Amino acid sequence: MEDRLFYNEVLTDHNKHPYHKCELDHPDLMLEGVNPSCGDDIYLQLKMDGDIIADGAFVGDGCAISQASTDIMLEMIIGRTKQEAIRLADIFAKMIRDEATEEDIEELEEAGALKDVAKMPARVKCAALGWRTLKEMLEKA
Amino acid sequence: MNNRILEYRRDFPLLSGADIAYLDNAATTQKPVSVLDAVRHYYEAENANPLRGVYELSEKATAAYENARAAVKNFIGAKSSDEIIFTSNASASINLAAYSYGLNFLKEGDEIVVSVMEHHSNFLPWKMVAEKTGAKLVKLCPGEDGYITPAQLDKVLTDKTKLVAVTQVSNVLGQVNDIKALAKRAHEVGAVILCDGAQSVPHMKVNVSDLDVDFLAFSGHKMLSPMGIGVLYGKRSCLKKMPPFFYGGEMIEIVHWDSVRYADIPHKFEAGTVNAGGAVGLNAAIEYIGKVGFDLIEEQERLLTDLAMDGLGAIEHVHIVGSPKKEDHKGIVTFTIDDVHPHDVAGILSSDGVCVRAGHHCAQPLMDYLGVRSTTRASFAFYNTPEEVERFLDSVSSVRKRMGY
Ligand SMILES: Cc1ncc(COP(=O)(O)O)c(C=O)c1O
Repeated sequence: MEDRLFYNEVLTDHNKHPYHKCELDHPDLMLEGVNPSCGDDIYLQLKMDGDIIADGAFVGDGCAISQASTDIMLEMIIGRTKQEAIRLADIFAKMIRDEATEEDIEELEEAGALKDVAKMPARVKCAALGWRTLKEMLEKA
Repeated sequence: MNNRILEYRRDFPLLSGADIAYLDNAATTQKPVSVLDAVRHYYEAENANPLRGVYELSEKATAAYENARAAVKNFIGAKSSDEIIFTSNASASINLAAYSYGLNFLKEGDEIVVSVMEHHSNFLPWKMVAEKTGAKLVKLCPGEDGYITPAQLDKVLTDKTKLVAVTQVSNVLGQVNDIKALAKRAHEVGAVILCDGAQSVPHMKVNVSDLDVDFLAFSGHKMLSPMGIGVLYGKRSCLKKMPPFFYGGEMIEIVHWDSVRYADIPHKFEAGTVNAGGAVGLNAAIEYIGKVGFDLIEEQERLLTDLAMDGLGAIEHVHIVGSPKKEDHKGIVTFTIDDVHPHDVAGILSSDGVCVRAGHHCAQPLMDYLGVRSTTRASFAFYNTPEEVERFLDSVSSVRKRMGY
């Protein structure tokens, strides 16, 4: 697997300069997500305005894939409804199982930059961590 | 480099079949064709359920299995073959000792000393024993030089210490602890000592009689053998008094509804159909290691380790974990790179065909002690070459740039 395809600019940028890596003041929803086998760890926080995700942030430690993927995710879901966010999480899950269509990937905007992860079974969990945690959190809320 | 190395390297089909630099030998080693052939020969010509049938084929299978036991006995300098118990791996060996010795001979108020640099396999079983018996788990830390020294052990030994569990070679730091001196101290207070030999037995001459350890655990798969075969050496005096851990077929003398007499050691601890093919493979691996010789193995692994240590030391933003001195690393070099997570380091190295391990290496208490979250590790075997180390170093030098730094 050629890494230049993979560690592309979108990913390295979000890893180096995450927009949403911080703590929110009074988050409405919080959930910690971990990958026990590799130690990736994120703590996801959301502020809700009714059904709309008004703001979101995360703190944590992990590989560039897990961190960048979470940051990209937050960028996308802030301002959307809970239902839309869950739908995007499902599309993302499809993409990293290599089951997504072109249109699906287009809908994922920047998160589509992670599509090659489908070819790296060892890293699928890293990419999925943020989205998996988000979905769990929203479905519980 | 000794040119015999390149000849030996050709004995490893996986190494000649793939364009990779396999530098994850502490996780598992590749297998030479003689080991693969021995296993195949066993299943093609000698396979029957060992220790059971009275027909000739089963006798052949039994002989193949028991010959392997004798080979292990000679390899580690045990006094007799019945001190060699076949298990599935080092973890199973340590669990056997913990369940059979630990749960039965330790009690509330006793102390179990475990070093902080243990693999989870030599930590969690003792934590379990402590929790179940009420014995106290006592942490043994390395000294300033990073070694588990007799002086450090003296600090925690008491007349309540009943068991000391310590590794001979750390799978993260690569340092070789002086087990003989530690065993002597443990025995002086009446404790037994279990040595984790998973990272030492494959790479250096280990003699249990000389070290005077009560238990030694190791895995076949880290020393050229198939996966699924491991060894627990135990001193006769310990094994004799220990009850079985697994119960079932082939570990008894007489069974009635109301009474049971168990088989003698070692079979008492080997319930059920054994891994004879694995044992045969281990025997062939021991033979192969004997042919190469520990002199050459250690010479080559030293050469590679020194190259890696010098090379990493010269790359900016790379930090060696553990001792800065290369002679303190026995074939294992663990490091971090500023701003780049170890999984990304290993991911980038992988895209260059270099196989290394990233993570906590099943030694989280050590990571906590060192104050690092996770690291990247390269570990060498005698079949690795300086070119592979160069390839590894080139890749490491490019990591930060490729991650946008
Ligand atoms: C020091 C040490 N002890 C124990 C083990 C466990 O070996 P296994 O997984 O073969 O049981 C390992 C291997 O990872 C090790 O490095």
